[in-house]
Formats: sequence, structure tokens, C-alpha cells
Amino acid sequence: MTTETLIWLIPLPPVLAFFLIVLFTNKNKALSHSVAVGAAFLSWLGSMIVFVRALGVEHLGEHPFESSIPWLPTGETWLKIGVLIDPLSAAVLFFVAWTVLMIFIYSVGYHNYGQPAGDHDHAGLPPHGATVTDDLGHKQTVLSVEPMYSRFFAFIGLFAFGMYTLVVSDNLLTLFVGWEIMGLCSYLLIGFWYAKPSARNAAVKAFMTTRIGDVFMLLGIAFLYSATGTLTYREIFTEQTLHALATIPSGVFGLSAAGLIALLLFIGTIGKSAQFPLHVWLPDAMEGPTPVSAMIHAATMVSAGVYAVIRMFPLLSLDPKTMTVVAFIGAFTAIFAATIAVAQNDIKRVLAYSTISQLGFMIAALGVGAYVAAVFHLITHAFFKALLFLGSGSVIHGMEHGVLHTGNHKVDPQDMFNMGGLRKKMPITFWTFLIGGFALSGFPIITAGFWSKDEILADAFGHGHLAVFITLAVAAFLTAFYTMRQITLTFLGEPRTEEAEHAHETPWTMTAPLVVLAFFAVTYGWVGIPEHFPVLGGLVPNWFHEFVGGTLAEHPEAVEFNIVPLLTSLFVALGGLFFGWLVYRNVNSVEQDKLQIPLLKNKYYFDEAYDFLFIKPLTWFSEVFVSKWMDKGVIDGILHIFGPATDGIGSVIRNYFDVPVINKFFGDGSADATYWVGKNLRPIQTGRIQQYLILSMVVLFVVGGLVYFLLLA
Amino acid sequence: MIPLSWYLILAAALFSIGLFGVLARRNAVAILLGVELMLNAVNINLVAFWRYGDVTQMAGQVFAIIVFAVAAAEVAVGLALVISVYRRRNTVVAEELDLLKW
Repeated sequence: MTTETLIWLIPLPPVLAFFLIVLFTNKNKALSHSVAVGAAFLSWLGSMIVFVRALGVEHLGEHPFESSIPWLPTGETWLKIGVLIDPLSAAVLFFVAWTVLMIFIYSVGYHNYGQPAGDHDHAGLPPHGATVTDDLGHKQTVLSVEPMYSRFFAFIGLFAFGMYTLVVSDNLLTLFVGWEIMGLCSYLLIGFWYAKPSARNAAVKAFMTTRIGDVFMLLGIAFLYSATGTLTYREIFTEQTLHALATIPSGVFGLSAAGLIALLLFIGTIGKSAQFPLHVWLPDAMEGPTPVSAMIHAATMVSAGVYAVIRMFPLLSLDPKTMTVVAFIGAFTAIFAATIAVAQNDIKRVLAYSTISQLGFMIAALGVGAYVAAVFHLITHAFFKALLFLGSGSVIHGMEHGVLHTGNHKVDPQDMFNMGGLRKKMPITFWTFLIGGFALSGFPIITAGFWSKDEILADAFGHGHLAVFITLAVAAFLTAFYTMRQITLTFLGEPRTEEAEHAHETPWTMTAPLVVLAFFAVTYGWVGIPEHFPVLGGLVPNWFHEFVGGTLAEHPEAVEFNIVPLLTSLFVALGGLFFGWLVYRNVNSVEQDKLQIPLLKNKYYFDEAYDFLFIKPLTWFSEVFVSKWMDKGVIDGILHIFGPATDGIGSVIRNYFDVPVINKFFGDGSADATYWVGKNLRPIQTGRIQQYLILSMVVLFVVGGLVYFLLLA
Repeated sequence: MIPLSWYLILAAALFSIGLFGVLARRNAVAILLGVELMLNAVNINLVAFWRYGDVTQMAGQVFAIIVFAVAAAEVAVGLALVISVYRRRNTVVAEELDLLKW
């Protein structure tokens, strides 16, 4: 099979799995997950083959694998769809394939495959546990299987299809198609436990918030198409097209067409990657099952947003104003979300804010022109954040085990203050989570996160963006701090509740993906060690920079090595970790936590502000203005005029025409006349033959006389 | 030869007497008698017009004979009806036979 054909085929297995599960196998749990995981495996296999072949091509950036077909004619031009594997998409495909496969396998365990059906479970709610009797006759409560098991695998299959489509597509059109499929799936999956009102609201919130970004993105795509007549990357990123776009004024804010298009597309990313100010949906998305969080926050959707900006980098970098906006949004989001994460107690919410923050790092990196660093951090982050999310899911799962054991359902299995000491109960989860956490914090040398974050800081410093550099450094410090806080509260110390005491390691289907992802969270950083790094530099060639940098027409130069960002990086990572441990090693309850600042805890009151600024006015607008005034007042008012008016006209016609003329005059009148005539003629019917004869005679004479005199005479 | 008009006057007088009898008499039998007079008046007319017209044409006489025949039958039926009425109603006064009134 040629590589191009293979690339076309990569996204297909998950979507086939989706239809198979939905149409045929949804009754059978084992068959459903086999189909889904099998499909994910096929896509993974295809991706790996493509990746290996891509590695074998020299100058892949100039000679990528590409193939396209004309799809829809639009006047003079064709909307073309096609596939493209250049260094960037190859690298992204690699991590997407791995994380998706791991998440699929993990889902089998997470949804308690093989456990008995629950006592009171029903579709739309998380499983509540089942009572079983063991051999000795003891009754005990164990985890029960998810009621909508097959449905979950169908949805994540469709989700994976969206992501693969997005990655392999060679144009913005199919990218947007994949983008929207994921938007739909994230809605379905966040609202997976739809019987919970919070899940429903979160699903709607996520959908609506990302929709804002998507509308702008679609505008950007439309503008781009009208300006250039093509949506294919490699046709847009030619020198003359870019030059033309950069010189056409857009007429908005004094931006060039390129600047405006890039900005519009970037707004799409702000929504999808949960950047300030559209970040509000992502923490709420934690209502979904944990594999979904990992799918959305690590492997797919939020990465897709960053991927789209990275794709559009040649366009983005044309206008310095756009770059400034991007850098500002990224850096601000990075520090802003990091401060919120410090005060969160829900194990998944901390990670959610950390995701927002790390995505901010990538966006900021793009804003300062650090193309390769952004891609690098995107990939390493995907690995270690998927690991952390799956790890947190494992922790929650273990805690749920404890909750079922004690039967105290008031204990929130996601609250970190209910945990503690889990390192002994869940060793594999602990060690892998530790690796993920250290990678997130940027623990020096051994973890992937260090290399990618260090590169971003070095780039920001090297390109002279000091403000961005300092902001990101502080954010990195906070990252390390809250990560260590999380690890300390969750795993270190002694169990703080009986539930934590009875937590249990999760099955291999959950731990195996953790181990695989932990492997990448450590080793993936080694492919991108800067050449001039002290001691280690040059031992392993900086393959990543060469490879991904080749995507751009002019290869970006690696920044000069400078000791300042390196020392900063070392300091913030180690310092943050140390402080996090120092502060939280003795904290045993929420009250002892000094950082439960209301402002941070309530996420700077963004939800409340949006509620006040947008939702309340919109509710007012729809309920009072549209519904009460416009609909019920004006529209119904007009309609209510029509009703009585027609009624009035009808009454008039009835009372003044129908009743008197038709009924009285013609109807009753003719009957009355006939009656009257009959009544008055009745007396001549005497029954006396001779009177009849006389009458006949008279009539005969009269008529005969008349006929004679009038006609004959 | 007696002029035709005399016959016609006789016939008209006889017809009028018959008509008066039909209209004025109360007895049903008398009414039938009146009808017979009117028929015979017609017969006089028919025979008179035959005699004073084209004698070779026999239509006048033939009609007169048909009228006799029909009159005989009519009287037979009429008298039978009168007897029948008399048996039921015990009267032959025409004014009392008014079942067909409104």
C-alpha cells in the first residue's frame, strides 16, 4: 500500500467502529470495546507505519506525503480535500496515535468492565456499585459496570475519527470538519452522565463557549478562501500568496488581510484550547468520565486548537500585531490559570487549570516565534497530561473502591483532602503520576516537560520578549508548586479518611496505559535536547528541531544557548516542587491550607462575571424581551388582532347578510311564501265536485276569452 | 230546409240545460242525466254538421255512434258508482260526498 493511501485510511477505523457499535454491537459490551479498541489499534498501526516512513524521507518538509482530490466546485475554484504528512503532522500523528490507543484501553478498565451490573444503576448516571456475596457468604459492595458502556466507546470512536481527520488533512476545510466533529463529541461525552444536571450544564457550556470561537474561525476560513481561492496549506504558504495576503489591507484595525485571518483563526483556537477569555468551559468539562477528560485535555481537542495555530504559523507570523496579541493571550492565560490551579481541591480541576496554563505556554511560545518549542511542548504535554488525567482517574477509581467499602457516599472521591497516603495503596498509579507530575513541573534533565518548557523559556528570552519570559517563568514556578501540592496531598503522608485507607490499585487495563504514557513522558524530551546544552548537548542530536523545523519554508534557527533561562528553568521547577512539598507535607485539612483564597478558589469570579455580563442579559433578552415583549406582546398581539378582526368580520357578515338575506329571506322566506300560498289556497279544496266544475268553467271562460280576444282577434 | 243554425241553437240550448243540471242538481243520478244531455247536444252538433257539410264524409256519424257507445258505458259505470256510494254512505247527494276536501 502506498503511504498516501495509508494516510487516507488512518481516520477510518474509529468511525467505522462508531457505526458498528451504534448499529449492531451496542448490546454486547465485550464486542463493543473490542471493536473500538481494535479500530484504535488499526489507526495506531497505520499512524506508526506512516510515521516510520516519514522518518525515512529526507527533507520531508519540502517533499511531504500528500494527495488530494477536488471535492466541491465553487465557481472558478475547487474546494479540495486531501491528506498531508509533513514533519509537523507526522510528529502530531505520533502522539495522537499513542494517547488515543492508551485512552481506549484505559476506558475498558475505567468503566469497570467485567464487574457485575449495579444494584440501582441506570443509564445517564455513574455506576453506584453492586452488592455481591463471596464464597464465605459475606456481602460486600464492589464497583459496578457502566450502564452505557457501549455508548461510551462509540462516542470516543467518533472523537478519535475527528482528531485523526484533523491531523492528516491538508487543508483548513477538513481540519474544520474534524474540529467540529470533536466539538460535537465533547458535548456528548461531557454530558455522558446526562442524568446529572451539572453534567448537562457543563456539556452545554462547553459547546456554546467553543462555538463562539468556531464562528470566528469559520469567518477566518471564509475570508481566507475568498482572498486566495484555496484552503490547502501548501498552496496558501507559497511566497506570493503570503506576500499578497500581507499587503492587502483588511480594513479592520489597520491589520493586513493575513493579520485579520490569522486573528480570526486564532479566536477559534482560543475557544478550542480554552484560552483566556474563553477558558471557562474546560474546568466544567471535568463532569465527563475521566478518559474523556484525557481525550479532551490532552490528546485531542485542546491540542487541536494549538495545532491549528501552529499550522497557520506562516500566516500568523506575517503581522507583528497578531503575534503580539497571541503572545499576550498565551502568557496571560499561562499565569492566570496557574494561580487558579493553586487553590483547587478537586484532583481533576487542578489538572484542568494546569492544562489551560500549559496551553498558554504553547500559545505564548508561538507568539514569540518559537515554532519548534511550541510543537515540542504540545507533544510532551499531551503525553504527560494524558498520563496525569488517566492517573487521576485511577486515583478516583481507587477512592471509589474505598467509598464503596465504607459505604459512606458523602465522601467526595475527587477531593484531594480526602486522600493522602495513596502511594502505598496504589503504587503503580503513584509512580506514574509522580513521573507525570514531575514532567509537568519540568523536573530537570530526566523528564520531557523540562526540555520543552526550557526551550520555550529560552526562546522567549532569546528573542528578547522579557515580559513574556518573566510571566512564563512565574507560571512555571506556580505549575511546579501546585503539582507538588497535588502529589503531596494525594499520595504522600498518611490516609486522611477511612476511604483512602481502603483505596485499591486499579486493574491492568488502567495501569498499563499509565506505564506506557509514563515512558513517553520521560523519554520524549530526549529527542529535543538543545545542541549547546552543557554536558548533555550534542550527545543525542537535536533531532526534533531539525525534523519539525523543516516544516517551515525557512528553517528556524535554534536560539543561542544562554545560561539565564536555563538557571531560571532549574530554579522554578525545583523551587516550586520543593515549596509545594514544604507547605503541604503537614497540611491535613482544608482549614490548614493557607492558599484557599476566595478570589482564586472562585476562579477570579469569571463564571459569575460571565453570568452577569452575558447569561443574565441574554436570559433577560430571551425571556423578557423576546418571549414576553416581542413574542407574546408584539407577535401574539398582532395575531390576537387578526383573530378578533376575523371574528368581527364574520359576525357582521353573519348578522347582516347571512342570517337576514340567506337564511331569513331566501331560506325561511321561500318556505314562508310557499306555506302562505298553500294556506290561503287551501279553502278552495272543498271536496265538492260541483264547485270544482264551476271553477273549471270560470277559468275556461276567462282563459278562453282572453286567448280569443288577445291572440286570435 | 231548416237552416243549420237552428240545430246549433238547439244543441247549445240542450248543452246549457245539461250543464246547468250537472252544476246545479244535488242528486248524483241527476248529474249523470245532465252529462247525458250534454253528450247528446254534442251528438246533434256532429250529425248536423255532417248533414250540412260533405255528405260523403262519414266522420260525423261515426263520431256520434262512438259517443253513444261511450255514453252507454259511462252511464253503466256511473250508475254502478252511485249505487256503491249509496250503499256506503246512504246518500247520493253530491255535496255530501266531500271526502277529498282539505
